[in-house]
Amino acid sequence: MISAGNITVTRSGRKLLDDVGIDLHPGCFTVVIGPNGAGKSTLMKVLSGEMAPDEGSVSYFGTAAHLHPPAELARRRAVLPQAVQLSFPFTALEIVRMGAVAQGALQPTEQARKALTRVGLRGFEARPYPSLSGGEQQRVQFARALAQVPAAVVDGIPRALFLDEPTASLDLGHQISVLEIARDFAAAGGIVLAILHDLNLAAEFADHLVVLDQGRVVDEGASMETVNDRTIGSVYGIAGAVGRLPAAHIPFVLPQSRHR
Amino acid sequence: MRALTLPWRADKAGGDRSLQGIVALVALVLLVVVASLVSLSSGPTGVGLPELWAYATGNGDSLAAQDRVVLEAVRLPRTALGLLVGAGLAVSGAMMQGLFRNPLADPGIVGVTSGAALAAVVAIVLGPTVLLPLTLLFGNQFLPLMAFCGALVNTWVLYLIATQDGRTSTTTLILSGIAIGALSAALMGMLIFMADDRQLRDITFWSLGSLGGATYGRVLSILPFVAVVIAIIPFVARGLDALVLGDAAAFHMGIPVQRLKKIVIIAVAAACGSTVAVAGSIGFVGIVVPHLLRLVMGPSHRFLLLGSALGGGALLLIADSVARTVAAPAELPIGVITALFGAPVFLFLLLGKGGIRMRDMP
Repeated sequence: MISAGNITVTRSGRKLLDDVGIDLHPGCFTVVIGPNGAGKSTLMKVLSGEMAPDEGSVSYFGTAAHLHPPAELARRRAVLPQAVQLSFPFTALEIVRMGAVAQGALQPTEQARKALTRVGLRGFEARPYPSLSGGEQQRVQFARALAQVPAAVVDGIPRALFLDEPTASLDLGHQISVLEIARDFAAAGGIVLAILHDLNLAAEFADHLVVLDQGRVVDEGASMETVNDRTIGSVYGIAGAVGRLPAAHIPFVLPQSRHR
Repeated sequence: MRALTLPWRADKAGGDRSLQGIVALVALVLLVVVASLVSLSSGPTGVGLPELWAYATGNGDSLAAQDRVVLEAVRLPRTALGLLVGAGLAVSGAMMQGLFRNPLADPGIVGVTSGAALAAVVAIVLGPTVLLPLTLLFGNQFLPLMAFCGALVNTWVLYLIATQDGRTSTTTLILSGIAIGALSAALMGMLIFMADDRQLRDITFWSLGSLGGATYGRVLSILPFVAVVIAIIPFVARGLDALVLGDAAAFHMGIPVQRLKKIVIIAVAAACGSTVAVAGSIGFVGIVVPHLLRLVMGPSHRFLLLGSALGGGALLLIADSVARTVAAPAELPIGVITALFGAPVFLFLLLGKGGIRMRDMP
């Protein structure tokens, strides 16, 4: 289990995170939602060990995160950042290979090819990363994270996948397939934490939903309990939008309707 | 991509350019051998390849005593110095580009070389007077050490200014480099004002750059610096690759980012400072060599850094041979040759040729 307790982060006199506690359990897909500036990315930085909180602590299976050297943390968790731009023309395969090397793979090139196939980018291996579209770049980065934690559990210790807006520049089909891969990772016993802006996808995929607003956890639990008019209304300022059909003249597309 | 036009293209190997890198490294070793032979056999005196062959195969007795002196006392140290200086310049360029995530970073362009040159001038002008204790303490290594410190200070200041929150802006990098370079040049101007005639001649040598006057002493004073920088290549290559994705992503992949950056800054300063100390400021090698090699072997530092060491050595020897022969018996400053070749390549880079586009840069 990865857990954070009493996390407070203050920057320029503003509390980005205010006494936040969160537990990430193996086998559980945790999704963080919240408006812009709620502290979602800051929370992910703290949980991944990238940022040290001003107060509180993060532990990986009982050991404080900052006691793990970076190389050891890298074998335990992979992070998908928001858009990454490069000024050197690495190929897609070379980018993904870096993740496999970080994991300590014996055959990093083979592992990288597998990860690219998993995200549906087979045949893109030799493409220079800067020439790919935004969505393709994002999927290459996702493949890099998968190559870094190829198995959800190793020697009885679960691995973790941190995804910062993994669906941001993807079309609807790829949004769903990326989240399905993440859900499979959790189902296999891994730890998954994702920041999502799309409340429909969050409601469908989250085993555990955390609502963040102004640096505080305002609600958490199963999506049936957290996605309701009261919470969504108070956090996003949009009332009466949960579970209601829009007016007849506006078409709508709900990804979760594909399950009916 | 247009740039990859070699028979072992990345797309044929499924995006894996490891073989390409190894083949290129082997080719570069051969190039260094050829360039060394060219350097050893060219010059105003009549020592050419046949004499070189006779000398190397032990039939040195057949050589005139004068030719032996030319080979042993002039050309051998000059070739060795050229290899080391070229390797140092190109590796410091490649490392700096990795550190700043920017193919336009070059110690000469962003004012690091000026810092080293300023410190060298300080050593020349103030060495016999104010800094006499240090001169006596370090002896022949005083000048290289001063140049190293000058390069280190400028790299560090540049890094602090140009990189904020783990992001380097190209504009800030180039502009702050120009300002730092201008400040160094101004301070150098004040020192030149204080210098006597003999010191002025030494300073002129530093500002133009030359392998002339190469001695085994100079070879020995630069050797440890360049050797250390080449020795750390295997330890920083993976980190510099990961750093291309940004500080955070590199940390996520297990790289101790701050430690890596400190090591690379010190290595850049050591390579750049020591080369300036023995050969003056020679521009553009640090940008041309890594750039051409990226076109051939891809941008991965696994091959690029070692390739730059070999390619930089070869390029500088060829440039030096040209400098010695085109106006023989007079000698052109080598910095003129590298600038004639390198500045157009730099402009070519800015045009966005060769797979690198300004708009992709942070």
